[in-house]
Amino acid sequence: MAKIWVDDKWYEVGADQSLLEACLELGFDLPYFCWHPALGSVGACRQCAVKQYRDEKDTRGRLVMSCMTPASEGARISIKDADAASFRAGVVEGLMQNHPHDCPVCDEGGECHLQDMTVMTGHNYRQTTYPKRTFRNQNLGPLINHEMNRCIQCYRCVRYYREYAGGRDLDAFASRNQVFFGRHQEGTLQNEFAGNLVEICPTGVFTDKTLKKHYTRKWDLQMAPSVCVHCGLGCNTTAAERYGSLRRILNRYNGHVNGYFLCDRGRFGYEFVRGEQRIKQTLARQDGKLKPLPKAKAIEQLGRVLPGNQKVIGIGSPRASLEANFALRTLVGPERFFSGMSDQGSHLVSLMEEILRQGPARTPSLSEIEISDAVLVLGEDVTNVAPRIALALRQSVRQQPMEFTDKLKIPRWLDHAVREAIQDVKGPLFIAAPSATRLDDAATATYRAAPDDLARLGFAIAHALDPQAPDVPDLAAGARSLAEQIAAALKSAKRPLVISGPSSSSAAVIEAAANVARGLAKAGQAVGLAFTMPEANSLGANLMGGGDLSAAFKAVEEGRADTVIILENDLYLKAPAAAVDRFLDAARHVIAIDYLSTPTVAKSELALPAGAFAESDGTLVSSEGRAQRFFQAYIPKDDIQQSWRWLIEMMRAAGRSEAESWSTLDDVIAALAQGISALAKITEAAPSAKFRKLGEKIARAPNRYSGRTSMLANINVSEPKPPDDPDSALAFSMEGYQEHPPPSLTPFFWAPGWNSIQSLNKFQSEIKGPLRGGDPGVRLIEPPETANGSFFSSVPKPFAARPEEWLLVPLYHIFGSEELSRQAPAVAELAPKPYLAVNSEDAAHLQVQAGDQIEVNLAGTAHRLPVAIHPDLPKGIAGFPAGVVSLEGTGLLAWSKLSRL
Amino acid sequence: MLSVIRTLWNVFLHTFQPRETIQYPEEKPNLPPRHKGRIILSRDPDGGERCVACHLCAVACPVDCIALQATEDENGRRYPEFFRINFSRCIFCGYCEEACPTYAIQLTPDFEMGEFNRQNMVYEKEHLLISGEGKYPGYNFWKVAGVKIGGKDKGEAENEAAPVDVHSLMP
Ligand code: SF4
Ligand code: SF4
Ligand code: SF4
Ligand code: SF4
Ligand code: FES
Repeated sequence: MAKIWVDDKWYEVGADQSLLEACLELGFDLPYFCWHPALGSVGACRQCAVKQYRDEKDTRGRLVMSCMTPASEGARISIKDADAASFRAGVVEGLMQNHPHDCPVCDEGGECHLQDMTVMTGHNYRQTTYPKRTFRNQNLGPLINHEMNRCIQCYRCVRYYREYAGGRDLDAFASRNQVFFGRHQEGTLQNEFAGNLVEICPTGVFTDKTLKKHYTRKWDLQMAPSVCVHCGLGCNTTAAERYGSLRRILNRYNGHVNGYFLCDRGRFGYEFVRGEQRIKQTLARQDGKLKPLPKAKAIEQLGRVLPGNQKVIGIGSPRASLEANFALRTLVGPERFFSGMSDQGSHLVSLMEEILRQGPARTPSLSEIEISDAVLVLGEDVTNVAPRIALALRQSVRQQPMEFTDKLKIPRWLDHAVREAIQDVKGPLFIAAPSATRLDDAATATYRAAPDDLARLGFAIAHALDPQAPDVPDLAAGARSLAEQIAAALKSAKRPLVISGPSSSSAAVIEAAANVARGLAKAGQAVGLAFTMPEANSLGANLMGGGDLSAAFKAVEEGRADTVIILENDLYLKAPAAAVDRFLDAARHVIAIDYLSTPTVAKSELALPAGAFAESDGTLVSSEGRAQRFFQAYIPKDDIQQSWRWLIEMMRAAGRSEAESWSTLDDVIAALAQGISALAKITEAAPSAKFRKLGEKIARAPNRYSGRTSMLANINVSEPKPPDDPDSALAFSMEGYQEHPPPSLTPFFWAPGWNSIQSLNKFQSEIKGPLRGGDPGVRLIEPPETANGSFFSSVPKPFAARPEEWLLVPLYHIFGSEELSRQAPAVAELAPKPYLAVNSEDAAHLQVQAGDQIEVNLAGTAHRLPVAIHPDLPKGIAGFPAGVVSLEGTGLLAWSKLSRL
Repeated sequence: MLSVIRTLWNVFLHTFQPRETIQYPEEKPNLPPRHKGRIILSRDPDGGERCVACHLCAVACPVDCIALQATEDENGRRYPEFFRINFSRCIFCGYCEEACPTYAIQLTPDFEMGEFNRQNMVYEKEHLLISGEGKYPGYNFWKVAGVKIGGKDKGEAENEAAPVDVHSLMP
């Protein structure tokens, strides 16, 4: 703590802060541009000037940049001082000389930091008459729009893109007052986190191109706290609606999870909600085709099928909320409920859950991953599977070098100085994966091998850490010395971290990762063990229980079931097509609840349109084991309703007693928390629907929300009353409590004078720290104090390439591998085309070249794919783009012959 | 006392003043152009739609009776996809006109908007858009804005320099 004087009043502020941070934390309105809490200070924009005085006798003082000056004990500053204020107004005036007259057509307008700072400094009229400087824009791909005239040369974009996110293809060009921020030539920005430029850039240079297609001002959006559904990490998002459709996704700060940043899949994948693939009407099979049926008729039909039917089973979903899964489980009964994961997926997720529950290590949050100082990634391409981890790892490699700059007494927030001192030195990060990953450039060493060999490396590291762990006797010398190097690096770290997951489809890889963590834990180290999860609620679905898909298939095959209810799940992605066909054909009644018309829906007899994430309330459990609530941004149109509501209607149709006592989300949550002890804590994920602040519900729309008496006037001039929301403490209205709702119920960040996302500073208890009132979400899994269990001991045999067969391994792509986001047009545009990758040696052996057609034979089906050469793939392995090409079937790795066509 | 008598006298003199009352509707009033009546959307001097769909009128409107949706033509010129005013809610305060950065939305002296059916008070863009410039001739927002649209490249707006050559490092 330090005591500082601001305008003659003293305040206690945190130690090791800049004056700017300290002032913002104290609630002062001090303008800034180039400083960003996650990027630190560089002193480039000169906007944050304040007067600093030597001591109480000093009356003259001197101007300093508050972002570059430490808030040291006894510092005396003035924000109000006339010199400082006019200096700050002068800086904005300078910037405005060349600023275009664009606000009315600028997508940043209304949430523009430059507008806010201009108003804050009091600059009004441009007094110069020189011609304005102009730039040409670049087409930066389908995600981000570029309008370079609006640049104020703050350098935030390149600092974020290059230094924070590790991108290479955005830079500053030209010189003096003509500096240009863009690519060396037009083209799609290559970094997977480029979308954050939309929030990083304080002006309208970089804006969301998908939003532009259905543009809406921030003040006109009805928003709700949401959770990203495009991978297992559960980044917090804000979903925003206007005129009944989802308009955009914005980052929603959570100090423990995503912090300030999302990945591009999470930011731009939302368009699937608006897409052509949506089912909007209740559909029933009539004359062999799915045709719209009035909802009431569908319920009648359910009333004929369900009551007294002892042969109903339910297939849940790892992408549906806990509440929806639980409602299905209650409808069909726990023993007739199946989790909806593929056999292998269910096996691996259970294994990971078991490991996390028993110890040896605690699963870290994303913010803890960020401060790990030695990391082993075993078997995962995190950038493409759980992208936000990759961004966190890029910060983790700075941890060890920053200990050196600490010794030099350079404060960590003094970003440029820290980076100059560190240069290119990176802390230990080891990546073992089947193929090259996008994070390799940050890695100390990489290892590319088949899944079994990856596991062997892991086992060898564990053995090097602790001789009690099983050894891998016949390990190649190179791998052995790498294992020892990794073990040594992890051992000497303060906060080592092991990351693994199910992407290699190998239990051995997961077990090996657990062994490494156990080895470190036994030595008394505070080790973290993070697993990626295949889908947004995989861990939650697993905690809910229920058999795997084969068990469900068997139930129908053996005649124990003939009616199947499938919840938000495309079975064709989870099991071989032939088996799913057999299953669906054998079942007498197939009822699907989903938002997309998947192949599974196409086979059903009744398809009930479900609300997608922005149209539903519920809870998801992230790979960290954090239960997080998401809320409806709007009430969907047509027949669409939340899955758990459909299921309550089904219960009613089936004559189930629970239906009487379940009418709101809170009822379902209460029953769920009572019924499943592992999930009991989810009630704490967010306040219940009864919560009120100052007697009011929390408004989903900002104060300035416009068009209320006109938006529906074309339908009926008497405007309807806003819909009630019995399920949450949020109101579908601008009327309600606005200022500081509890973090898990904060629909948007907005503060007086701070219209842009920078208003976040006013919502945190400390800058970069937790939100006021604590970060949202509740952790469900904590390992015991002393870890149970022992080392895993089944070390796999080394991978042996077969003479004429190749092991097919999925290669993941941030755009394309995930089921929902690939329906979004902008994401689809960036997804890879189908391919089958082999290394150059194998290609020569097969006598194929890149682009040639090759045939893969799997379970009797032939797939034709163009060849791609990936020189980094191990010999004997063929890679295919997961999700883009569906060879997955059971989720087990398969061997296949490859034949040239 | 004296003032009372003077007041009475003044009132009496009014008897000989010309009448202000007009026999509406037989006789039409002559309203000044700045009278705040029926709202229109005007066009710029080139005949293009003036409204750039900035949503400022909508947010300024105290009764929230303006709703619109922005869209763009293939050359990046923004305009409202729909533009709706619910005149049964409008209080003719003129805030929208004040907020409008392009002079697109203007209040006119026409006040004869009575309808038997309230639904007919809802005006869409085709009812609002006139063919001229209205009260403010001459202004064309796109000529001063920095964005490129069809027929106006970067550097071609008023008082703009030619685009920077970013490959040059010359001081
Ligand atoms: S960047 Fe901000 S100030 Fe500049 S035109 Fe856009 S909204 Fe206006
Ligand atoms: S593009 Fe945006 S972030 Fe980059 S320098 Fe210009 S204003 Fe700053
Ligand atoms: S990392 Fe995962 S959860 Fe986070 S934004 Fe990306 S897809 Fe969504
Ligand atoms: S303020 Fe003017 S330019 Fe903006 S939306 Fe309204 S009419 Fe159009
Ligand atoms: S914020 Fe301090 S100089 Fe830019």
